[in-house]
Amino acid sequence: MPTVDLALASLRELNATLHRLSATTNETHWHILNPRGQHSIAAGVDASILVEVDGHVGYYCAGMNKRARVIVHGNAGQGVAENMMSGRVHVEGDASQAAGASGCGGLLVIDGNASARCGISMKGIDIVVKGSVGHLSAFMAQAGNLVVLGDAGDALGDSIYEAHLYVRGAVKSLGADCVEKPMRDDHKAELRNLLDTAGLNGSVDVGEFRRYGSARKLYHFHIDNVGSY
Amino acid sequence: MCGIAGIFLKDRELEPKLGQLLAGMLGTLSDRGPDSAGFAVYGDATSDHRKLTLRAPADFDFDKLLSTLGSAVSAHQRHDTHLVITVPAARERAVVAAIENAKGVKIVGGGRRMDIFKEVGRPDKVAARFELDRMSGTHAIGHTRMATESAVTTEGAHPFSTGPDQCLVHNGSLSNHNAVRRELAREGLRFETDNDSEVAAGFLTWKMKNGASLQQAMEASLEALDGFYTFVIGTESGFGVLRDPIACKPAVMAETDRWVAFGTEYRALVDLPGIENASVWEPEPAKPYLWERH
Amino acid sequence: MTAQDRWIHTPPRKSATFDDYAIAEIRRAAATGIYDIRGGGTKRKLPHFDDLVFLGASISRYPLEGYREKCSTDVTIGGRFAKKPIKLKIPVTIAGMSFGALSAQAKEALGRGASAVGTTTTTGDGGMTAEEREHSTLLVYQVLPSRYGTNPDDLRKADAIEVVVGQGAKPGGGGMLLGQKITKRVAEMRRLPEGIDQRSACRHPDWTGPDDLEIKIHELREITDWEKPVYVKVGASRPYYDTALAVKSGADAIVLDGMQGGTAATQDVFIENVGLPILSAIVPAVRALQELGMHRKVQLIVSGGIRNGADVAKCLALGADAVSIGTAALIALGDNDPHMEDEYRALGTTAGAYDDWHEGRDPAGITTQDPVLSARLDPIVGARKLAKYLSVMTLEAQTIARACGKSHLHNLEPEDLAALTIEAAAMARVPLAGTNWIPGADKL
Repeated sequence: MPTVDLALASLRELNATLHRLSATTNETHWHILNPRGQHSIAAGVDASILVEVDGHVGYYCAGMNKRARVIVHGNAGQGVAENMMSGRVHVEGDASQAAGASGCGGLLVIDGNASARCGISMKGIDIVVKGSVGHLSAFMAQAGNLVVLGDAGDALGDSIYEAHLYVRGAVKSLGADCVEKPMRDDHKAELRNLLDTAGLNGSVDVGEFRRYGSARKLYHFHIDNVGSY
Repeated sequence: MCGIAGIFLKDRELEPKLGQLLAGMLGTLSDRGPDSAGFAVYGDATSDHRKLTLRAPADFDFDKLLSTLGSAVSAHQRHDTHLVITVPAARERAVVAAIENAKGVKIVGGGRRMDIFKEVGRPDKVAARFELDRMSGTHAIGHTRMATESAVTTEGAHPFSTGPDQCLVHNGSLSNHNAVRRELAREGLRFETDNDSEVAAGFLTWKMKNGASLQQAMEASLEALDGFYTFVIGTESGFGVLRDPIACKPAVMAETDRWVAFGTEYRALVDLPGIENASVWEPEPAKPYLWERH
Repeated sequence: MTAQDRWIHTPPRKSATFDDYAIAEIRRAAATGIYDIRGGGTKRKLPHFDDLVFLGASISRYPLEGYREKCSTDVTIGGRFAKKPIKLKIPVTIAGMSFGALSAQAKEALGRGASAVGTTTTTGDGGMTAEEREHSTLLVYQVLPSRYGTNPDDLRKADAIEVVVGQGAKPGGGGMLLGQKITKRVAEMRRLPEGIDQRSACRHPDWTGPDDLEIKIHELREITDWEKPVYVKVGASRPYYDTALAVKSGADAIVLDGMQGGTAATQDVFIENVGLPILSAIVPAVRALQELGMHRKVQLIVSGGIRNGADVAKCLALGADAVSIGTAALIALGDNDPHMEDEYRALGTTAGAYDDWHEGRDPAGITTQDPVLSARLDPIVGARKLAKYLSVMTLEAQTIARACGKSHLHNLEPEDLAALTIEAAAMARVPLAGTNWIPGADKL
């Protein structure tokens, strides 16, 4: 289990090493010490490895992640797991804004709160936030699922396309073309699956959530909707 | 665009280390603000006295100015291109008038406790020139600048003073500052630069001159100022933080029982004592925050 | 009408302000309730390179002979930080245009043609197609506010990365693609429902401002192990400040797109009224680079209405390192060709004026997703045309440069130019022909 101490090694050395891992590497469990808020830690990994980071990270941790499991034992700065393609990123603390931005796949779990714009431009990523999310979360969310156990701030799902939003707490306000939608059995099953995958088996009841999604009124420009733009 | 750092000490034992802590934060924020830097340090107050920080080009004859001011100046300390003078409160107005009449020297800020220093250059070098790491006090705010739409000059560096013991630093970009500047100029305020941040400072000054509290002035700025901003405001007894409603510009706060700190990036806070166990959070948009010592 | 009547009858006079276009547009707006959307760049007359001329050799300056006395045209982009800078054989590149806006055949033609003459093509707002990568020897990959199709594999397959802050047709606006062109393939690449009108972000989702752009560029370098040059593209708006900020954010090259720069689709009013003509934007950008000591170290690529080798030479003389073409490249492929006039008439337009590219009915098969129409464009034939056009542009620029005594296109300088109008003189900071006068020079 290789350990990299970022107080001694450079970020470039760390990322270069992670990028050079072969498909058959047996160095599959990495431990990163002293991140001290550095940016782009474990960005661009494309390997089935586990990376644990001891401490708070800066922006873009696990940016464009493929296949890897990244655990941040601390908080994450702006854009954690941005544009993630697959794999799993777990932030044990809070996440700053734009968490999971434009993510295309994989699962992002945030144990604490996520800030504004959680899931902005999401394109297939699944995000589970055990705390609350800030304003403009799921802005222009195209695909994927955002699950929030806490509350959501203003303008949730503004300009949303086909992403599914499940919120247990209060929603301060909904964004343009985002409406509450009925929870059918298939949605409950989808939500149950997401919660279980995020490690919340049995402790959270899907019945406590409400579903939000697109009213699909802005799919074709119409002058009568001009107030929404 | 820029970096902001601020620290407010709850534990008096840390006061001799104030400058050192701030210098470390500014050093980390140099990447996002390489053009110039500045900071305001709140030190001891001497009863019945006021301090003024003066700034002039490197070749300015401060000794000549001091001899002109004579007994009005009880004490003075030189820091590179800046001079901090202490004057009896009763004589402050006359001293200010005399300095404003003098050529080539400017008053950067004043008050009971606040000294302001700012210069062009990489922040770590600027901090070293002023020997920030040897300064002490109860709280301080600092700024590293990446100039966006105005020139890189000393005048354009932050903090901008908004009144006695008050100053403002800004990260972001206002979009209606020219119109606001013109209105404030009509109200009698004078501006040295084209800088949007100077306008923000001027707006708060003007509101408070007209009776608003700092909190009210901050609330008013949410309506009056358009654009993207994080403001950190230094006051005699503490500091304030305000983010615009869209809140795209970053802001991180951390707190322990020994201090409260602000950094544009968490990275700036990592060397603060006890940071590993600090509570770390982000201020909400459109909400004035104030921390003050009572 | 009597003779007397003829004397007192005044001929009908149209208004210059309420001209035919303005009147028709008001009527159209009143009828439809929607703003006019079209493709292309600014169409109204603007100060442009036609208003500059070169001072060829004379008694004090000597020209180079053609052929034997070489005039080199190569340029390297991205030496500042990248391990593998881009080496171009000619200083003309193909601008970013999306698959979605253009047909797959068009993208392939652009790739083949550019590769034949040793220059780059650029992906657009929608991601990289396999054909594009296959047929382009050198490919620049755009990272845009929408992040449609963005992924690390394509990032790594690219030869350079272009972070798009904006484009000349609509500085401050985002991409636009209407339902007619969101086919199954386009929709899959962008992860959108088929057939809807795409709404677009105008800001990047995970950074705002040059201070955070610096961190974003750093992330892209980390992901690609610092191999590839990172360009920053901006629409001409505040070129002096934007160039300085791009340099401070860590860009290897700046792409500056004037208001004549085309778009696949946006509001006509945006295209015509927002942004600066490229002629006025180059010198402020160059000045910013010079003041930072970065001229020729951070390359400047300019675009927006570049049509011929004279335009290329003028951009280089003003201090740019290279130019980019979009509209011109499409015309070379066959866009707006008069031989299809009957079809243009059927669309309510005429060859040379066709700009409703957002409708996806392009008879030339270039700005359409319709399989029948796009099959009309033979990529090999198109590529040959593009390659010839690019070669002619290069020869034209060399001809001019030789006449000015230059053995390399980069040795062209502002002092080789004179201006024919006061506006051009002021904008390009070049003296009015026959005088030493640069209007406003003291106001710098």
